[in-house]
Amino acid sequence: MTGTEIAKERKAAVSVRALSKTFGQGDYAVTALDSVELDILENEFFTLLGPSGCGKTTLLRLIAGFELPTEGSISLQGEGITDKPPHRRPVNTVFQSYALFPHMTVAENIGFGLRMLGKPTAEIKQTTERMLALVQLEAMAGRRTDQLSGGQQQRVALARALAPAPKVLLLDEPLAALDLKLRKNMQLELKSLQAETGITFVFVTHDQEEALTMSDRIAVMKSGKILQIGTPRDIYDRPTHRFVADFIGDINILEGTVERTDGYLATVRLRDGSMVSAHLGTASARSGNVSVAIRPENVRLAGAGETPTLTGVVENIVYFGAATNLHLRLGTGEEIVIRNPGAVDEGKYQPGATIGAIMQPDLIRVLE
Amino acid sequence: MADPTTATPASGKPGHRRRRVRDLRAMPGFTTTAWITIVTLYLPILVLVAFSFNENRSVVLWTGFSLDWYAKALENDGIRNAAWVSVKVALFATVISTIVATMAALATTRTKKFAGQGLVFGIINQPLMIPEIVTAIATLSLFALVKKITGLSGIGYLMLAHAAFCIPFAYMPIRARLETMTLTLEQAAADLYAPPLKVFTLVTLPLLGPGIVAGAMLAFVVSLDDVIITLMIAGPGETTLPIYILGAIRRGITPEINAVSTILVAVSVLLVILLFVVQRRMQR
Repeated sequence: MTGTEIAKERKAAVSVRALSKTFGQGDYAVTALDSVELDILENEFFTLLGPSGCGKTTLLRLIAGFELPTEGSISLQGEGITDKPPHRRPVNTVFQSYALFPHMTVAENIGFGLRMLGKPTAEIKQTTERMLALVQLEAMAGRRTDQLSGGQQQRVALARALAPAPKVLLLDEPLAALDLKLRKNMQLELKSLQAETGITFVFVTHDQEEALTMSDRIAVMKSGKILQIGTPRDIYDRPTHRFVADFIGDINILEGTVERTDGYLATVRLRDGSMVSAHLGTASARSGNVSVAIRPENVRLAGAGETPTLTGVVENIVYFGAATNLHLRLGTGEEIVIRNPGAVDEGKYQPGATIGAIMQPDLIRVLE
Repeated sequence: MADPTTATPASGKPGHRRRRVRDLRAMPGFTTTAWITIVTLYLPILVLVAFSFNENRSVVLWTGFSLDWYAKALENDGIRNAAWVSVKVALFATVISTIVATMAALATTRTKKFAGQGLVFGIINQPLMIPEIVTAIATLSLFALVKKITGLSGIGYLMLAHAAFCIPFAYMPIRARLETMTLTLEQAAADLYAPPLKVFTLVTLPLLGPGIVAGAMLAFVVSLDDVIITLMIAGPGETTLPIYILGAIRRGITPEINAVSTILVAVSVLLVILLFVVQRRMQR
């Protein structure tokens, strides 16, 4: 299923229209968000991915209501919430710093939202216990939050935000402070928690691997703009922008000129003269100079008797267990990487050797 | 392995570790400096306390231990009245100045930056910069004017004057506490459906607690201790303990004064210990 097919089936949980946010005034004004359009669907694990300063956290804070937009609107399940204060928005946030109340116990933290909603004591108690079980912290109910480990605090923050059963859960880099192993576990836990609760998750991260692992869909952001929205496969296999291709995973980018186009395919002459056919995708450049991209795993070594797409000199061979990267310097000075599954024949492939590479023709993309 | 610092596990980077191992006591002149400081600060108080227990009337010649001077001091109506006035004034000044200081601290840290915010900070702290005698005379002339216009008199003037000069002392620890508290906790409360008033009462105020307690205690001690402004403002029958002591000294120091002063020291020390305990408990 592609992103657009999902979009047709489900309703939007969060709709963002022409949303802009500027901090400061006059010469010191900084545009954090620039006319962002976005639909996050019901029951979706949606990730905002981008480098620091790209506006992803600002977008999250605007949805939560901690900041007010300079322009544009936000609606939640069709209801406009643009000007509502945070306590009137049925969304909850898991903060990067967890922001647990230090003067309350774990149970009091988790029950806080329900208490503020005026729920009866019995219900608060029951839900708190259910949440404690959900994050496996039953034994910690009476503890103060500073007596917990980082991972436990993280789970309390999660339980606290989930307890009032929000329509949308906002997560601001919640795993950033955890060590690698705990982070990997929490990624899977979060994913299954989202499936279990059926709540829409909006997850902010700068970690592309985390985004690919967890998300139903990803929005890649840069300088206050969304460059591409799609499923992890869309983003990885069919990047539309040079930035997206570069930010997520490893990629080879080569310069060329469009010779002719045929529907969604373009025939591109690379700088060394070889011709390749590449997917145009949504790229607007249909003639002249373009960049084409291909993942290292979609470039293979040319076998005996095959006509290579490109020829170059081996500069480096990096072996890392599951695969070997061969760095090839082309005649044009450009570099490409070939990812070969497993090891390569060391007698045949050595630095300095001239070898041929074949690019999978259907996996070459023209970039924006 | 006599030095406990070298036995710590190698947690930090080696560079940091070496620096941490350097012992303060090994620095040249440290012990001497420390002793000079301690003696200068506490020897006078020690002498004062010691002679409050003197059997003799002299405050320089020790003859034997007795609690007579304490009994005398506690029986002295002048001292008892002065102590009561001091406590009344200090309590009033503490409550008023702490409330005002809390509001001022919230306004200068929890609102959007406004024009003249630095000026407000300066205005609040002004009493710390201006010589106290100037403030005292200024307050005296203002109150004289008010008295002439309204015809009102009483201890209220003294209480108000104390409340005013206590504000900056209460303000400092409260503001310091607010500045270390991130806004995220308050945002988290709002995110969990707490309306602004609940955010304040359930999150801001409890977390601000240690700061408010510290501010209040500082205000109380400063009010209890004041001489110059009180000397100017206080009317008949409004003698505070420091003013009484000052008056008594003119007739010569007696161990009775030492006894009263020792009680004052004890109260201050008790307050400081209490403050420390409260802060420790609330920070956990």
